[in-house]
Amino acid sequence: MFEKSLTELAQDLSSGNLSSIELTQAYIDRIAALDPQFNSFITQTPEIALAQAKAADEARASGNAGLFTGLPIAHKDLFCTEGVRTSCGSRMLDNFQSPYDATIVARFKQAGAVMLGKTNMDEFAMGSSNENSFYGAARNPWDLDRVPGGSSGGSAAAVAARLTPAATGSDTGGSIRQPAALCGITGIKPTYGRVSRYGMVAYASSLDQGGPMARTAEDCALMLNVMAGLDPMDSTSADQAVPNYSATLNTRIDGLKIGVPKEFMSEDLDPAIADSIQQAIKVLEQAGAVIKEVSLPNTRMSIPAYYIIAPAEASSNLSRFDGVRYGYRCDDPKDLEDLYKRTRGEGFGAEVKRRIMVGTYALCHGYYDAYYKKAQQIRRLIQQDFARLFEEVDLILGPTTPHPAFKIGEKSNDPVAMYMEDIFTLSLNLAGLPGMSVPCGMVNGLPVGMQLIGNYFDEARLLNVAHQYQQMTDWHKQKPATV
Amino acid sequence: MSLDRSDVERIAHLARLAIDENDIPEYTTNLSSILNLVDEMQQIDTQGIEPLAHPLDSVQRLRADEITELNQRDKLQAVAPQVEEGLFLVPKVIE
Repeated sequence: MFEKSLTELAQDLSSGNLSSIELTQAYIDRIAALDPQFNSFITQTPEIALAQAKAADEARASGNAGLFTGLPIAHKDLFCTEGVRTSCGSRMLDNFQSPYDATIVARFKQAGAVMLGKTNMDEFAMGSSNENSFYGAARNPWDLDRVPGGSSGGSAAAVAARLTPAATGSDTGGSIRQPAALCGITGIKPTYGRVSRYGMVAYASSLDQGGPMARTAEDCALMLNVMAGLDPMDSTSADQAVPNYSATLNTRIDGLKIGVPKEFMSEDLDPAIADSIQQAIKVLEQAGAVIKEVSLPNTRMSIPAYYIIAPAEASSNLSRFDGVRYGYRCDDPKDLEDLYKRTRGEGFGAEVKRRIMVGTYALCHGYYDAYYKKAQQIRRLIQQDFARLFEEVDLILGPTTPHPAFKIGEKSNDPVAMYMEDIFTLSLNLAGLPGMSVPCGMVNGLPVGMQLIGNYFDEARLLNVAHQYQQMTDWHKQKPATV
Repeated sequence: MSLDRSDVERIAHLARLAIDENDIPEYTTNLSSILNLVDEMQQIDTQGIEPLAHPLDSVQRLRADEITELNQRDKLQAVAPQVEEGLFLVPKVIE
């Protein structure tokens, strides 16, 4: 049962081979038994899950089941869930029981999904290893001494460990794609604005985007059908028609023009990952795709530009955590300034404080032009680079990460070394483009991810190509030995 | 760009973050190395390039000015650290 995809489980539920109660109870038991070694959940919600499963079975019995009715998922712990702790991986929100649901949480409820719990993450989604969680690092099921990636590391680890068939994630600089790559699962960061950000705790509002994480592209399509679409509660959500992402998965890809940026296949890349990517390219060529070398000259500049823009936005967004309206408050504040400073000093972890300080500095009078404005100008150049490429190719392909999963502790004392791991993912967030990570190989027993990048609102094509690739390969079916 | 102790203290104050005295050297080192990384941007000529604030260059959608929100004060204040009679309590501000 735990090897079945969402799509397969939906068929079992629909045919009556399986009830949602049976399925949900099996996952609840499995999480309780196995998660201590992965630490992929911050909060397990078995009572809620069983109540939702019961309601799903009743809906099915009365003929009111949809495609998602009774299917279990987990939510990254930055999506607000009414009455359930929404910690964002932070001491600051350790006591925060959200008074409302995020739009995507509400949409999954509406669709009849079952929530197994809330997954571990880097604090406020800031990190590439999940080591910045107040609740301790989640562990990579492929090697428990290694990171699952971040910031959606708990979601990726839980899916890879078969503790849930799928989970939600969020991606500000690679936080869906990088952990998906490092844990050998499939994840898609939609176009900025495709999925509502309402109730998703903000990190960098012009970059943040929620999306699905699952074992197959087919399952990501099923989830995105629930998640995507205009939300009046999010003024940046896009007013664009949402196609049925499942309907085009089997479209043939012959003649598809795929660009491979030479900057992505550079000396920064582990040669073994480069080999896996070349193999994946051959598979797509066999399916009729036409490969072309292209250039994204400002790739390297995405790192400095991102590490100004994201911290600048974070320093502003996280000013709301002041110990007054919700979350942590320090003991015995002697005055208002002391309340603010100690609440924030005690409530935030080291990386969050670093980014708030970088952002504060970059927005200071006198430095604004040199940092923030400069970064936004580079952001424009990066967007223009992509726009030029999409005049000549349909899709861009490269690695998701320069290396496979690294050891816990290996980079945690060197923020700059950690930031370099994001080199291939950041530029999409800066441009607002959709991107996907698809398992495409193994290096020394660790998974490798291929990144597919599409034009704005072209998620259907990404999912189509990923699905076609997964019909021809079985990298997405590999299973960690710990599971 | 290299920061010193007083820079870190000033930035922490602006961000209203209490930083442990013993941690200041580490913040100084880390923030300096991050700023060195971001200084790589200065290699790029961006003369005349329009800054990009929003990936889709979209503008705020307008809506009719109608009351759509219910008053949920009690529910929303239930998660506050300290409230009294519908007010958020903070340490005394005015003597």
